[in-house]
Amino acid sequence: MRHDHLITSKQLSRDDVETVLDRAAEIDADPSSVAGRHAGRLLGLLFFEPSTRTKMSFETAMKRLGGDVVDMGSVESSSVKKGETLADTVRVIEGYADALVLRHPQQGAAKMASEYVDVPLVNAGDGAGHHPSQTMLDLYTIRENAGLEDLTIGIMGDLKYGRTVHSLAYALSNFDARQHFISPESLQLPREVVYDLHQQQGGTQIREHESIEAVLPSLDVLYVTRIQRERFPDENEYQQVAGEYQIDAETLEAASDDLTVMHPLPRVDEIAPEIDDTDYAAYFEQAHNGVPVRMALLDMLLENGGEDDE
Amino acid sequence: MSNAPDDHELRVSKIRSGTVIDHVRGGQALNVLAILGIDGSEGEEVSVGMNVPSDRLARKDIVKVEGRELSQDEVDVLSLIAPDATINIVRDYEVVEKSRVERPEVVEGVLSCPNPGCITTGDEPVDSRFEVLEDGVRCSYCGTIVREEIASLIET
Repeated sequence: MRHDHLITSKQLSRDDVETVLDRAAEIDADPSSVAGRHAGRLLGLLFFEPSTRTKMSFETAMKRLGGDVVDMGSVESSSVKKGETLADTVRVIEGYADALVLRHPQQGAAKMASEYVDVPLVNAGDGAGHHPSQTMLDLYTIRENAGLEDLTIGIMGDLKYGRTVHSLAYALSNFDARQHFISPESLQLPREVVYDLHQQQGGTQIREHESIEAVLPSLDVLYVTRIQRERFPDENEYQQVAGEYQIDAETLEAASDDLTVMHPLPRVDEIAPEIDDTDYAAYFEQAHNGVPVRMALLDMLLENGGEDDE
Repeated sequence: MSNAPDDHELRVSKIRSGTVIDHVRGGQALNVLAILGIDGSEGEEVSVGMNVPSDRLARKDIVKVEGRELSQDEVDVLSLIAPDATINIVRDYEVVEKSRVERPEVVEGVLSCPNPGCITTGDEPVDSRFEVLEDGVRCSYCGTIVREEIASLIET
């Protein structure tokens, strides 16, 4: 991979993805091989929105590479509260760190920020936009459990605002995957994303559904996302809709025995706890994979840092 | 196309110096004026012909603006809503320059993104940037695609 920044999974080719996943697998198999590799280097964490898994796994990854982190802290305690622009904030912090990780509520924030800095910048979520490092750990988990060749995947829940979904769909279009999108009509994939997927060379196969029933038996992977209360005008409507996109042991009776169930977490009640101890469940493994995958990404970005992109 | 004045151009008076925008798609003349920021409030001398018969377009609009030559930025945005337009620069009643508009690959700092969640809509120092698609424009930052009413996005 020869990119200075990781902004969207759209920028990644199949080769790029496989290179990162292969590197992550090497690190996963022998974490000690990279211990101390980036000693003395600092990763700047700029999270303008709350995060547990993403922030902690980046921090863990950097520390396991021998480096350390500097953290902007919460927006409330930073100069953003005084009205500083993002463009100014990133230009200041790049002077403190060797690479930056940015999460921001507005779409396009990471792309804009990357235009103001010379150190590598990773988009850790920009509003309803993209979350490419999550996609890498999703792909890693898929490859480990079901393989990326001849894959049939169902992606269910909030497809409109779910940035992990958009990033995953783009990345999967590099592979021979049949993608089924299952959501209420009001939370369908943004038309922009559908447009892009149809533009892809090789004819990515995508289909949209309102119910999981018909498609469930054919799936190798079911990727569930949370439908958020605030997307609906009233509680009743939310309860009614969200209830149709929850899975439990009874739902999965129709599924293949080899089905892998994934979720970017946090979940609320989309997946019943009774699934956790079955062979279907891969969501905790998926969260753990965040560390080796982010170690691989940081290792590669820090190695390239400062060099010109191809 | 002949250089002789088109019959229909005679329907609106000649201008002394300024710009004649011809072969605008029928019904788009007011959007052309919007792009140029002309609403008549500043006393500009403007002639507009709407839905006049045309060999090339069946129905076309034509806009004549006295005392104003278009900038490249204005021509770029114009090309999005009037891709067949011809720009005639007139000085002392003579057409000194005649060109067809060309669709640019990118328009910068001219349109504002309609997505309120886009980083370009806040206080950041960044200029808006749109890639030009075959049938619309797309924000380079948030990815929003706009196909209709592009003129309504013109930054004022």
